[in-house]
Amino acid sequence: MKITLKNLTKKFPSRNKKVREDVIAVNDFNFEIPDGKLIGLLGPSGCGKSTALNLLCGLQKPTSGQILFGEDDVTDLPAENRGVGMVFQNYALYPHLTVKKNIMFPLENLRGKDKLSKEVMEAKALEAAKLVQIDELMDRKPSELSGGQQQRVAIARALVKMPRVLLLDEPLSNLDARLRLQTREEIRRIQKETGITTIFVTHDQEEAMSISDIIVVMETGRIQQIGKPQEVYDNPVNLFVAKFLGTPPINVFSGRIENGSLFIGTDKILNVKSADGTSLADQPVTIGIRPEGFVLSDDGALTLNLTEVEVMGRDITVVSTHPESQNVEIRSIISSENHVEITGDTVKFAIKPHKVHIFSVETGQRIEFTAE
Amino acid sequence: MDNRNNKAWLYLLPAILFLGCFMVYPLIDVFIYSFEEGYNSASQTYFGVGLYNYSYVLHDPYFLQAVKNTFILVIFTVPVSTGLALLISVGLNSIRPLKELYQTVYFLPYVTNTLAVGLVFMILFKKTPYSDGLINLILNIFGMAPVDFIDGPYWAKMFVLCFYTVWVVMPFKILILTSALASVKQDYYNAARIDGTSRMRMFTRITLPMISPSLFYLIITGFIGAFKAYSDAVALFGTDLNAAEMNTIVGYVYDMLYGNSGGYPSYASAAAIILFAIVLTITCINLLISKKHVHYS
Repeated sequence: MKITLKNLTKKFPSRNKKVREDVIAVNDFNFEIPDGKLIGLLGPSGCGKSTALNLLCGLQKPTSGQILFGEDDVTDLPAENRGVGMVFQNYALYPHLTVKKNIMFPLENLRGKDKLSKEVMEAKALEAAKLVQIDELMDRKPSELSGGQQQRVAIARALVKMPRVLLLDEPLSNLDARLRLQTREEIRRIQKETGITTIFVTHDQEEAMSISDIIVVMETGRIQQIGKPQEVYDNPVNLFVAKFLGTPPINVFSGRIENGSLFIGTDKILNVKSADGTSLADQPVTIGIRPEGFVLSDDGALTLNLTEVEVMGRDITVVSTHPESQNVEIRSIISSENHVEITGDTVKFAIKPHKVHIFSVETGQRIEFTAE
Repeated sequence: MDNRNNKAWLYLLPAILFLGCFMVYPLIDVFIYSFEEGYNSASQTYFGVGLYNYSYVLHDPYFLQAVKNTFILVIFTVPVSTGLALLISVGLNSIRPLKELYQTVYFLPYVTNTLAVGLVFMILFKKTPYSDGLINLILNIFGMAPVDFIDGPYWAKMFVLCFYTVWVVMPFKILILTSALASVKQDYYNAARIDGTSRMRMFTRITLPMISPSLFYLIITGFIGAFKAYSDAVALFGTDLNAAEMNTIVGYVYDMLYGNSGGYPSYASAAAIILFAIVLTITCINLLISKKHVHYS
């Protein structure tokens, strides 16, 4: 099911009586979610992503704008008639019902011509349970299940009525680190098997990047960027997106463009031109360099004050500082294959041009450039 | 190990002393009294041991009347008060404006003195040569003949007693149920809504099971409280309940101890033990039924 959002806006009245300004949780959303994809709605807490999900499932009404499932306008359709499945952050499994009864619950709501016989319901419940691999646990109560198993039951309950859209609210946040890795692959597998358009909300960029077909990065109610995870990572539209994606995070420096060259302090990093070949005006800029954009080099352009070297086995993280750095410490990841000894007070790096992003100091928007 | 045991007993000592003195000992004493025939409290003597006290009490028409009254009271007031309290709590829980005000209003009867409320009820229901009372005035509007609810026919008096009991016990039930309802997480309702659950089904399949421990608690204490009713009847019909045909089991016990015909602790004890047996039986039945229907999280 294709989902289209048109000028979707949700305002909440301000609690603060002195400031009568509304809180805009979702600000003018316009985008189209293609059929059968897995979409990650990503942003820091309080950015409005859960509100966006509530608008999609119908628990909240938008202030303005439209939501279309396929060609149907569902904006004014109440939640119960939208045919969406939702997995809540705390799963919301009915504690007094067994796993089987929990999964059958949505089916038992069907009335009139859709009413199912008990056998059909049980068969469907079993099918959904098999899909998430909990068919052994059908007679347990939710309190007798682990967090990961509860999560699966919640997914099975959301899937059993074959929803047009599946929504997941922070599906992995209540799981421990190992289970999180396993479950996110599970979600990916289930989504692929069923082909149901799935939207999930998360504040964990790694989670979103790893399994989404498309990620939507949000901040304070506004969509910052939509795209395939790798594209968004490689071409962030602004400083917020660049900072939000990637672990360790991007290293940010205060720098400047001077006579067609990019400077951090006194170090001249690159010669830059604008994308269309003309020279870029002299101006102060914010420079972001991805941790993997550093190459150890004795005649490297950027000199950093070495703090320590962390050996991770697969690679080495060089931790250092620089007076112009906006991060407390600069983390650069280099391959451990060269067996380099890093000693002394300073370390010199050459910079990979395609791992460098330049942002306007005023607007935070990315300035396109080509390196010479 | 021994040392630790001794310490544990030491900690328990105050509670054991108090409970032993004021609960266990009197209970045993009452049990013994109930078998002592012809006990005289002045001389502290008795003729023999046997079941005569029970036989006397069970053949006493006043006691049988009290048992009948008590059972009618229990059978009507417990379901009606619990059901009404549930309805009102659900209503209170689903309104937003002035919720606190309503909750306070519904709780007011709880902090009001029973006897004072009884007086008000008497004025409302009583028919005197000078006035028919407010309730009778209302009945009059609907073309019904005035009834003396306080000194009139049995059914009218019973009605007032039940009405009054329901009114008095409701606030506490509403208090317990509103807090139980408020503790049911909104997520369950959201999940149910998305799955297209009707309001009725949400109530029977989610709300009721979730608040069943509180509901069950109210039913058990409601039964016990109604079986032990006494002051309500006094507030409405005065102290000579036997004459008013409105006595309760506890009222009978009291009369046997201190009433006009008082001075019979053995009969009082036997009646008290019979009441104890009834309450115990009913509570056990309740517990058995609840095992199937109450969901403790």
